[in-house]
Amino acid sequence: MTIAFDYTRSLGPVLGRFMAGLRDRRVLGARTSDGRVHVPPLEFDPVTHKPVTDLVEVSGAGTVVSWTWSPHPLEGQPLDRPFGWALIRLDGADTTMIHAVDAGAETRMRTGMRVRARWAADRTGHIRDLACFEPAGSSVGSSAGSSAGSAVGSSAGEAAGEPVRIMVTPIRLHYRHTTSDEEDHYLRALADGRLIGQRCPACRKVYVPPRVCPADGVAPGEVVAVSDRGTVTTFCVVNVPFAGQRLDPPYVVAQVLLDGADIPVPHLILGLDAAQVRMGMRVAAVWRDRAQWSATPENIAHFEPTGEPDAGYESYAEHL
Amino acid sequence: MSDVAVIGFAAADTSVTTSGVETLVPVFERALGRAGLSRREVDFWCSGSSDYLAGRAFSFVSAVDAIGAVPPITESHVEMDAAWAFYEAYLKIVSGEAETALVYGFGKAGAGDLNRVLALQLDPYTVAPLWPDATSVAALQARLALEAGLFTERDMAVVAARDRAETAEELLTRPYVAAPLRAHDVARLADGAAAVVLAAGDRARHRPSAGDRPAWITGIAHRVDPPGLGERDLTAVPSATAAAADAGLGADVEVVALHAPFTHQELLLRAALGLPDSTRSVAPEGNAMFSAGLSRIGAAATEVMSGRARTAVAHATGGPALQQNLVCVLTGSETV
Amino acid sequence: MRRAAVLGTGQTQHRSRRTDVSMAGLCREAIDRALTDSDTDWSQIDAVVLGKAPDLFEGVMMPELFLADAIGAAGKPLLRVHTAGSVGGATALVATSLIRAGVHRRVLAVAFEKQSESNAMWALSIQPPFSAPIGAGAGGYFAPHIRSYIRRFGVPEHVGALVAVKDRRNGALNPYAHLRQPDITPESVRSSPMLWDPIRYDETCPSSDGACAVVIGDQAAAESSSDQVAWIRATAMRTEPTSYSGKDHVNPRAGALAARALWAAAGISDPLDEVDVAEIYVPFSWFEPMWLENLGFTGPGQGWKLTEAGETGIGGRLPVNPSGGVLCSNPIGASGLLRFAEAAMQVMGRAGAHQVAGAGTALGHAYGGGSQFFSMWVVGKQP
Repeated sequence: MTIAFDYTRSLGPVLGRFMAGLRDRRVLGARTSDGRVHVPPLEFDPVTHKPVTDLVEVSGAGTVVSWTWSPHPLEGQPLDRPFGWALIRLDGADTTMIHAVDAGAETRMRTGMRVRARWAADRTGHIRDLACFEPAGSSVGSSAGSSAGSAVGSSAGEAAGEPVRIMVTPIRLHYRHTTSDEEDHYLRALADGRLIGQRCPACRKVYVPPRVCPADGVAPGEVVAVSDRGTVTTFCVVNVPFAGQRLDPPYVVAQVLLDGADIPVPHLILGLDAAQVRMGMRVAAVWRDRAQWSATPENIAHFEPTGEPDAGYESYAEHL
Repeated sequence: MSDVAVIGFAAADTSVTTSGVETLVPVFERALGRAGLSRREVDFWCSGSSDYLAGRAFSFVSAVDAIGAVPPITESHVEMDAAWAFYEAYLKIVSGEAETALVYGFGKAGAGDLNRVLALQLDPYTVAPLWPDATSVAALQARLALEAGLFTERDMAVVAARDRAETAEELLTRPYVAAPLRAHDVARLADGAAAVVLAAGDRARHRPSAGDRPAWITGIAHRVDPPGLGERDLTAVPSATAAAADAGLGADVEVVALHAPFTHQELLLRAALGLPDSTRSVAPEGNAMFSAGLSRIGAAATEVMSGRARTAVAHATGGPALQQNLVCVLTGSETV
Repeated sequence: MRRAAVLGTGQTQHRSRRTDVSMAGLCREAIDRALTDSDTDWSQIDAVVLGKAPDLFEGVMMPELFLADAIGAAGKPLLRVHTAGSVGGATALVATSLIRAGVHRRVLAVAFEKQSESNAMWALSIQPPFSAPIGAGAGGYFAPHIRSYIRRFGVPEHVGALVAVKDRRNGALNPYAHLRQPDITPESVRSSPMLWDPIRYDETCPSSDGACAVVIGDQAAAESSSDQVAWIRATAMRTEPTSYSGKDHVNPRAGALAARALWAAAGISDPLDEVDVAEIYVPFSWFEPMWLENLGFTGPGQGWKLTEAGETGIGGRLPVNPSGGVLCSNPIGASGLLRFAEAAMQVMGRAGAHQVAGAGTALGHAYGGGSQFFSMWVVGKQP
């Protein structure tokens, strides 16, 4: 399972100017009340707690203060070939920044080595405008970008372009989920076209899908076959489009109390006009084509009315 | 300050699902059994976990199912290692809002790529978009300490060899995974859960069904350091030193349970806490992310509860390169 | 138990997109106002408690770590609370415990959400593993329970619109509110689009960027304040599972039990009579009457009558959400703390145009998850 989103980071005055500087191939540091220059910049002075307003340009060249070597770069990192990570103190800065060094080989990395910025060819006002660093005075791993080390100490005030307001940061992460034993049994039954629940040994209630009883905190016991028919306890008509949605609105999402279960499950009610869905309506599962079945809840496409008379309110009132 | 003690601990070193429910049910049972309390006698429940570890928003919510919270309970959650949930529960007892508490943590680090996930703890504007992995960040810290002459790679290997069949010399022949770190310098990725039971004075003393003595908390404190990797001296751990002072950690402590995800961090922590070489390390039971710190408290408390030690100190850490640290001092004797 | 009091509060201008500030800048806007309001210096803050809803909303794992410097926590104890939608309330309660335990004199509680960094609906649509892909959205979770409430007590359909009108007009009195609609009418609400039937567009909370901060002090700090403080007379929190067989989604047991414990601890026997103003977490208008019943202000099935009679407006018997509430501003992680802060502002007499005259006792309330996490406090002019 991959979760991915392009986050839109609003930057505020300090980071906005810092990113604008990078777009112009200039590195800006934040000068705090004690005279120290921080790169990357701090937004607030750690001593006075006041907002930082004084940004000064530092060099694009600096010295490696510590380093390590990544033989197998990971997704999203600045380089896709073996490279060094380093804490780099840029000339004119009092703090170090972490970045990648395109040194070609681990043997070329050492503490005290001189490095200089390699700029991305296309710069948007983003930390990645600083593509990586490279050993100074070399042309290892030449790329489309260009290297620069500009003059130190000049005022950063008006020369920089408009501050960057928003920086887009994609985040992609991958997860592998595993099932609990109860989920496993439930999904295997679904693959056979069956619905099962499990009874809590303490309160005797049947949970579908089966799970640790949330009222008693004990593992479920006896396996119970549950009908694929049930009663709509309550529902809503979804009329609104939203991110991550799978169906076009309008559609009905209902709580369905399956016959034989003691807790409703949420599901879609289709096959009739949304305005005709009622509390107490009797519905049945509509299974997908058997050829498409696998061990997944998606084997049931949705629920549709059975045409039976509605269930009395009392029969489901305690499940609202 | 009123007296509060640890009276029970249990941990699991596996976790089936990211919700932790199936893992937590038996862990609660064992911890409460050892404490001699029933589930309904717990006044306050508090947990620590991470949505990013589970890969889903509100991931802690379903863990509540493991408690069986009907009728409803008093409960809270920190998005931190559960050692900080322990601190919250301790305060609830000290303030008089509760007499007993159960604290739990859980995590399934193996569900995602932890090394990448942890990059999201770094500055989201200037650092995280570069995706520096957790091991590389730790390696930068280790080299600073090595080159400052604080210790050697062999010292780091000795730390690793303590829990391994191989000698330090054998370990030193292995290749670097992120120089100067070798595989043995990086804590093994673990899944699991842990639970600790606390009680106030008389509730801790009078437990007919429990065999262990209480492990009394004589001090607990925590601090956080500035976030910027280039803003602080990565070879010192000022937040740990300050927390130890606040917690009243003395040099006479017999055993220590340190939460150090890397070998060099154990060495940095021993120095920051001022622990003499004579202080015995206890191997924790339970090393899962977001319960590892709580497990250290449980392990240290177990040494005291069992009578193997008179005094013990537990430590927990959070954030990149030991940014946030908690220290808890425990004793078996009531006259403190 | 040791006494604790709110010394001052601060909040941001809540907007759908605060693209003019970073996350640190957003938090500091609220914190700086709270420090000024409480006449507190940075050096007097002993610890910081930060509350926020899911980390996936901003795409930062444990953002309190990178914010430690900017929010003045570096070198101090820092706690990060996350109890779903109730987190803002829980943040205030954890900070209160730090004072009550006697370990600190002044604690800063801060909560924020910067929803514009991503899309909350996206983050919430990530399915639990192996569950059926039934996409309903945030309103889709609560709308069926509102339908159940209407059905159970035969509530007239227009009650939801009345709440929306009252809260949005109240919001127009609050300079920090995101939505300020002085001209809204029951007719305009009822002609707004039906989003999650029975919830209409104008009966739904907005999605906001915002932050809130509160400085809580011990008795000595409170007594040395030259201004009226808000004494924390009682706190309560209760949790139940998201769902279980027999769960009452209309009148959840956790909320009712928390309220009962709260009134008992505050020495309040008739809350409707003794509470002067209530800031209740109402993300969809129908939750006002539901929570009035859950909190014990009225019996079951009677809450809507209080609303319908106009008694929850400013000047009514129990003004509810004079700030405009969650219906006007919803920076999720901060929404609960805003309720707690607004309650304090009322008894401190610092609520400006939405001040309830003579407010001496106020309720702050928050809930979260599947109506399962409840946190609340009662603050008063007197301890």
